[in-house]
Amino acid sequence: MNPTEESLSAPHVLDYTYKRSLGPILSQFFTGLRDKKLLGVKRKDGSVLFPPKEYDPDTSESIDEMVPVQDVGAVKSWAWVAQPRKQQPLDKPFAYALIQLDGADTTLLHVVDGGSEAGMKTGMRVKARWADETIGSIKDIACFEPA
Amino acid sequence: MSDEAKDDVVKVIRTPVQLDYNYSAGRSASRFLRSIKEGKLIGQRCPVDGRVYFPSRGSCPQHGVPIEGEPVELVDRGTLVTFSIVRIPAESVPLEIPFVTIQVLLDGADTILMHLLGNCDLEKVHMGMRLKARWKPKEEWEESVANIIYFEPLDEPDADYDSYKEHI
Repeated sequence: MNPTEESLSAPHVLDYTYKRSLGPILSQFFTGLRDKKLLGVKRKDGSVLFPPKEYDPDTSESIDEMVPVQDVGAVKSWAWVAQPRKQQPLDKPFAYALIQLDGADTTLLHVVDGGSEAGMKTGMRVKARWADETIGSIKDIACFEPA
Repeated sequence: MSDEAKDDVVKVIRTPVQLDYNYSAGRSASRFLRSIKEGKLIGQRCPVDGRVYFPSRGSCPQHGVPIEGEPVELVDRGTLVTFSIVRIPAESVPLEIPFVTIQVLLDGADTILMHLLGNCDLEKVHMGMRLKARWKPKEEWEESVANIIYFEPLDEPDADYDSYKEHI
C-alpha cells in the first residue's frame, strides 16, 4: 500500500470520571473497608448478604442490621486470567472469583492471587490481603490469597 | 490520613471508567486528516444520490455502498444549523465557559460538522447565520480538525431556512 494511503492511528482515551453516592447501607460497608472491617447485612430470615444491599432481593423489604463477617471464606466459582491487562487489579496472572466469606450467605466478586491456574480449586479457602493504605474502596482488599 | 478524617464515614466512592483505545482512522478519514493538515477540507460523494459526506468516509450509511472516486474539496465557510451555549464546566473539556458548540453545514456539503463558535456575542448566536473558519497559524497545522480553532460570523445575510432544515 502507498504510504500516503496507510491509515493514521492515535491513542484515544475515553474517561468517565464517575463518583457514586453510597447511601446509608453501602456507606457503612465502605467505611468498614476503610477500617478493615467487613460488614454484611442481615435479612429477616437470619441470612447475611455480603456485600450488603439496602433491600431484601426477595421481599423488597428495607434491611439495615449490619453484621460483621470473617475475612476468610471459600471460593465458590472462579475464572483464571492468564494475561492480565493493564488496568486489572494484579500485574500477574490471577483469578476472578466468587467468594463466600464465613458468616455470609452470598458471594463477593473479588480477586484471588492463586499463583497458578493449577493452584485454584472450587471450595478452596482464601483470606483477604489488605492494601497498605485503606481509603474506603473495594480495592482496600488488595486481593484474597490461599488460606 | 488524619485521625479526624478516620472518624468520618465514607459517603462517596470514585468509580472511574477509563477505556484506552488506539483509534485507527481508516483510509478515508486518514485522507481527510492528511488533507486538513494542508488546510484542505475534503468530503466524498455518494455514488447513488450524489450527496457529499463531510468529513469524507469510506461508505454511504444510507445506501450501504462504498464511496470511491475523487474527493470533493469544500470551502471553509458554511451555515450554522444548530447550537448550544455551554455554561457548565466539565473535567474533560478544557474550554472556558461559556462557549458555544455548533453544527455547521459547509457550503457544498450534505452532512454537518460539530465544532465551536467564536468571536460572536452570545445573544447574537442564531440558526442560519453564515460562518467562516478561523484557522490556527499554518505552522501549527496537524492531522486534526482542531486546525480550525472555531467558526466565526461572516458579514453575509442569513441562509434560507430551507437550505439547512433537513439537518436539524
